[in-house]
Amino acid sequence: MNGANMMMLTFSARSENESFARVAVAAFVSQLDPTMEELNDLKTAVSEAVTNAIIHGYDGDPDGMVTIEVAIEGDTVSIVVIDKGRGIEDLELARQPLYTSKPELERSGMGFTIMENFMDRFEVSSEPGQGTQIAMTKRIESKKRCTIKRIGVGPHGCRLET
Amino acid sequence: MSLQVELEHYRNVLIVRLRGELDHHTADIVRHKMEEAILRGNSDHIILSLKELQFMDSSGLGVILGRYKQLKAKGGKMAVCAVNPNVYRLFELSGLFKILTIHENERAALTSLEVVS
Repeated sequence: MNGANMMMLTFSARSENESFARVAVAAFVSQLDPTMEELNDLKTAVSEAVTNAIIHGYDGDPDGMVTIEVAIEGDTVSIVVIDKGRGIEDLELARQPLYTSKPELERSGMGFTIMENFMDRFEVSSEPGQGTQIAMTKRIESKKRCTIKRIGVGPHGCRLET
Repeated sequence: MSLQVELEHYRNVLIVRLRGELDHHTADIVRHKMEEAILRGNSDHIILSLKELQFMDSSGLGVILGRYKQLKAKGGKMAVCAVNPNVYRLFELSGLFKILTIHENERAALTSLEVVS
């Protein structure tokens, strides 16, 4: 069994990098041949995590650095988004749908809810004054494998449609 | 990839067409352009036309909700149309469909706002 295929990115906590971050992760994951929907789920979750790091972790300070680690193991993608910012005082409260600590910035308070819904597994750990780490995983149902399954070659248990 | 905002006035309705990606970085553009148009007061209602919106996250929800509140305070209505499946899921998850009506296209949205005879 081969180890995971990994990549790591570190970039300035600037809002213009949000698009770069989600596109970079999507490009790395594209080797699993995900569906458009799966790719969009991953991009949205990454966008939420990175935006949180920039707005809440670093309070808009562009000197902060955000790190993303992505690992592909089999058909599962693991993404970790790390900041060394202010951290979250009350995780329970922060995870409540529609809760936001910055209503004046028109934040919807849906970031954590979206990450939880769009990914298979989602965990957040945070230490006030130290930073926040978000770990999430998602299984990609590869279209390629489904094609093989459809003609009855692959052992992946996809429904035979022909 | 960035975001383009196109505004069109049709009778008393402001049609806002968003093209590209709406995230935290581009949300400010949308906020400024829409806020300005709402304050100018030429339009009673707003239609958000999202056919060419390729990406949106919760920052988009925030800016839409903000404009909805602003418009509602003036007695106006907001409708969305041509929503792709990804954006639809976000609206659904956040409960935004409870306050916004959704339509297939701009014409249907205009009809719902009773500006097309």
